Amino acid sequence: MAPAGSSPVYRIPHPLPLDSGQVLENADIAYETYGTLAPDASNAVLVCHALTGDQYLASPHPITGKPGWWERMVGPGNPIDTGRHFVICANVIGSCMGSSGPASLAPDGEPYAMRFPVITIRDMVRGLVALLDGLGIARLHAVVGGSMGGMQALSLAANWPERAARVLVIASTARHSAQNIAFHEVGRQAIMADPAWAEGDYYAAAAKPDNGLAVARMAAHITYLSEAGLTEKFGRRLQDREAKGFNFDAEFQVESYLRYQGSGFTRRFDANSYLYITRAMDYYDIAEEHGGKLANAFRGTQARFCIVSFDTDWLYPTAESRHVVHALNAAGAKVSFVELSAPHGHDSFLLEHDQLDRVVKGFVE
Amino acid sequence: MTLRPDLAAIAAHVAPGSRVLDIGCGDGALMAELESASGCDARGMELDGALVERCVSRGLSVVQGDANLDLANYPDKAFDYAILSQTLQTATRPDLMLDELLRVGRRAFVSFPNFAHWRTRAALLLGGRMPVTRALPVSWYETENIHHVTVEDFRDLAKMKGAKVERAWFFSNEKQIGAPAANWRAEFAVFELSR
Repeated sequence: MAPAGSSPVYRIPHPLPLDSGQVLENADIAYETYGTLAPDASNAVLVCHALTGDQYLASPHPITGKPGWWERMVGPGNPIDTGRHFVICANVIGSCMGSSGPASLAPDGEPYAMRFPVITIRDMVRGLVALLDGLGIARLHAVVGGSMGGMQALSLAANWPERAARVLVIASTARHSAQNIAFHEVGRQAIMADPAWAEGDYYAAAAKPDNGLAVARMAAHITYLSEAGLTEKFGRRLQDREAKGFNFDAEFQVESYLRYQGSGFTRRFDANSYLYITRAMDYYDIAEEHGGKLANAFRGTQARFCIVSFDTDWLYPTAESRHVVHALNAAGAKVSFVELSAPHGHDSFLLEHDQLDRVVKGFVE
Repeated sequence: MTLRPDLAAIAAHVAPGSRVLDIGCGDGALMAELESASGCDARGMELDGALVERCVSRGLSVVQGDANLDLANYPDKAFDYAILSQTLQTATRPDLMLDELLRVGRRAFVSFPNFAHWRTRAALLLGGRMPVTRALPVSWYETENIHHVTVEDFRDLAKMKGAKVERAWFFSNEKQIGAPAANWRAEFAVFELSR
């Protein structure tokens, strides 16, 4: 799916063991870097991307041509200052922008499709840790992530505690709730109900399961916004018409917007990757990995943590962040936590927010 | 930066290098002082998100939380000192909060405005209305102080809780004053407790 050769690709020089018990051979990690690594490698900041994100953190996306997804946060003089820090962002395993995923070629020369092993958030982090080894970075100055990126940051802190001095987790959680899983299942069923999905074996076909993937994206996109935000942006306004047409076109602006989001998404994302990554998120429960007690995951950690939530985020609500904070307190970790006010729901972490900028800058500096 | 007198008294008596929890840490002035001047490992808790953001922006470890609820998550004796400055009188249950302070900290500092200061007494006795004074500047209907307390009340509470008063400091007009007749003369009091 990714235009070949657009990002450097690191081939992990050893088989990557996975939580499922399977092993991924010759795994590739596509990544981008910004800034300069200090001679002692002490200034590295790893930014982890969200479900449908990628390594184009602060540089234009090769398919859409849009600016990097967090350019306002990462760059020279920005809160994560590439003048001081060497910032790394890598495409997660299972995704489709150059890292190994279901669209990659298996050893038999055909795309893996559904033969790709089911992965977990911790497997994604295994891949990232292998990349850090390859780049000669023993200990990150900071690991930073929002949403699924925050899950990776927490997983790194829990499973490789010596690898990051600071851990910044924004609009995220330590486990996927029943509601989170439920929304993901709607998306997966939309993809798998598309005849073009063809049991995942569509890479050589003329048609891809774009309709299913677009519906999955539309449903998910609603969870990224707030009701108030939708009302403010669209209300009940009609799209390009004065009166209701008594048909099933995209009559309302909000419908038109969702359709646009859905179809735009299919241009840059692989449907099977969407299945694999949502599954990884649904399996995610850091406490479960550590004897059922979240505090155990962070026992003895020397890292500093900063947890940020948004008051209108109903996908990963503040209560989930508090749950993480309480576990970190119980583990004696050095932790900050703030709930920021923003009208835009879960997506607020990607949008203009002065307070978030100050918190990120103050914590990462 | 000059610390408020009650905070300065606390800062002067926290042993260097201690682990400290500052409950109701505000903008983090005391924490910053303890970290820079005494090499302490300071953590904070604050209810007001705007103040938390200021603390985190200056690199302090502060959790946005409600001391009435969130202290329960800290292990026993997690800190050398638990500090509660001018927050006790806003607690839902000051007696239970004092228990929590002495559970999470080996020692506790508690500061509060003294409701038995002569100005407060005079305002109530002569004016017949809830006092609005230099130390208690907010009207009864909008004050956060829902459990007014006096120096003698606090001594009684500490005794009832089996806490030992290690030291106490009293302030009037931003200056430290002596202990005699403190319940009349002190606008603010700071107690250091152990149990």
